[in-house]
Amino acid sequence: MLAAENLVLARGGARVVENLSAALAPGEITAIIGPNGAGKSSLLLALAGLLRPAAGRVALEGEDLAALAPRARAQALGYLPQAPEIAWDVAVENLVALGRLPWRDRGRPEIESAIAALGLDELRHRPASRLSGGERARVLLARVLAGTPRWILADEPLAALDLAHQIALLAHLRACAAAGQGVVVVLHDLALAMNHADRVLVLDAGTLVVDAAPEAALAPGLIAQVWGVAARWIGEPGARALLTAKGDAAPPGR
Amino acid sequence: MNRASLVFALLLAVLLPLSLLAGRVWIEPFADHGPANAALILAELRLPRAVLAIVVGAGLGAAGAAMQGYLRNPLADPGLFGIAPMAALGAVASFWLAPLLPPAWAPLGLPLLALAGAGAGMAALALIAGRTAEDARGGAGGGIALFTLAGLMIASLAGALTALAITLAPNPFALSEIVLWLNGALTDRSWREVAIAAPLVAGGVGVLALAAKSLDALTLGEEAARSLGLDPRRLLLLLVAGVGLTVGAGVAVAGIIGFVGLVVPHLVRPLTDRLPSSLILPSALAGACLVLAADSAVRVLPLVTELRLGIALSLIGAPFFLWLLLRMRRGML
Repeated sequence: MLAAENLVLARGGARVVENLSAALAPGEITAIIGPNGAGKSSLLLALAGLLRPAAGRVALEGEDLAALAPRARAQALGYLPQAPEIAWDVAVENLVALGRLPWRDRGRPEIESAIAALGLDELRHRPASRLSGGERARVLLARVLAGTPRWILADEPLAALDLAHQIALLAHLRACAAAGQGVVVVLHDLALAMNHADRVLVLDAGTLVVDAAPEAALAPGLIAQVWGVAARWIGEPGARALLTAKGDAAPPGR
Repeated sequence: MNRASLVFALLLAVLLPLSLLAGRVWIEPFADHGPANAALILAELRLPRAVLAIVVGAGLGAAGAAMQGYLRNPLADPGLFGIAPMAALGAVASFWLAPLLPPAWAPLGLPLLALAGAGAGMAALALIAGRTAEDARGGAGGGIALFTLAGLMIASLAGALTALAITLAPNPFALSEIVLWLNGALTDRSWREVAIAAPLVAGGVGVLALAAKSLDALTLGEEAARSLGLDPRRLLLLLVAGVGLTVGAGVAVAGIIGFVGLVVPHLVRPLTDRLPSSLILPSALAGACLVLAADSAVRVLPLVTELRLGIALSLIGAPFFLWLLLRMRRGML
């Protein structure tokens, strides 16, 4: 169980998340969604133990993350930043192996299974500069998987990917959840959250507005309230599409 | 030990005897020189000078590799932390303070004050480091960029004070001595300088090696590195200590020698897997090779006075830097 308890987050002096409580369960995909600037990335950073709360706490199995040694935290929580960088032209295999750093071992079996899980076997010797966007995303997720974390926290992992790669990466995350890992992703695409998440946290201006299963959470009324967009869902559960009409959008008042 | 270390260790093993033989007096290795002169030149002049070149070059090379890894930038240089200018400031101060020292201490005045300058620079950086690491965890931002700017400010302040000390030089003789010293050289060094610099540089390279795995984690960016268990404050303190010891000791015995720390990691990188941890030891060896070769070259060049080593390395380094920039523009780095 990874739980935010009365969490208040501040960045650069401004409060970005207000008094947020949510207990996340492993084995599920939890999507954090909300408009730009709602505090999604800050919340994910705090859940990963990388942003110290201004008040409240994040607890892993009841234990305060701030009190956890960095290495123990790193072994339990894998974090994939938004627009991740790769500073040096390192080969795929060595990039994935960086995921073993918290364990201070070579971790061959874990590295190999992460490479296999994301189908990177043929790319293993390719330098980072010669990877396509989709390949890069797979490599960086494999880096997280190689650390065998109990929780995978990814900030917009689908943002730079085309449709096929989005679906493929979501399938990998689903497999992780099915294997008992907790998966928390920040998403922008409401339809992806609707169809692929087990649970949705909707943030608006730093406040948790809804915490529910996607069908219940993402009602048209809420979309109008939070995003200021008139929209409706078509299709059936698991295969929904969001229809928005031109000119219906009331610009957000913020 | 990886392949790059092996290559540069072998190169060093070839360069060292060549360097010992080369100079104004060329020593034929297998001829009979009579007992006194050749042995004296070797033991008291060329061997300490060669060892000092190796020590200084190793420190600069390792520091350069660590700095580039830390800043995730192939154009970073150990000079960015402001430690070399602080050490130079200490050394320049010694030209002023020399008359105050007891005569027995006189020969040690310059290196000790240079080390004190480097130490003051390290202390200032460590103070700033503690704050920036704390800020990163609290979400205030800044981080590595802020820290680097602080280093640059220390460098420019030390540079200004050094320039001030030069313009206020007590007499023209002292002035020319200061300026000449600042250009960096290994001329007329003895085992005394080796004894000062070698342990400090060895310690510094050891400290940088401790930072190696954290530098690897930084390849993925600051936040990903922290998620892998990197402790930003520990890394910063290791870097400040490692760069301070290697560069500070180098400046204390040889003056300012630029470009080695910038250039050497680029010579080493293609021979490795390009992770920062794979670069530190081979960069130390390659830095030793570069400074030893350059110092041997300035010794045999047929000029009226010996070309200063610091000038010679900048003459090689600047065009290389330009070539790097052009390559980077084409996206090859």
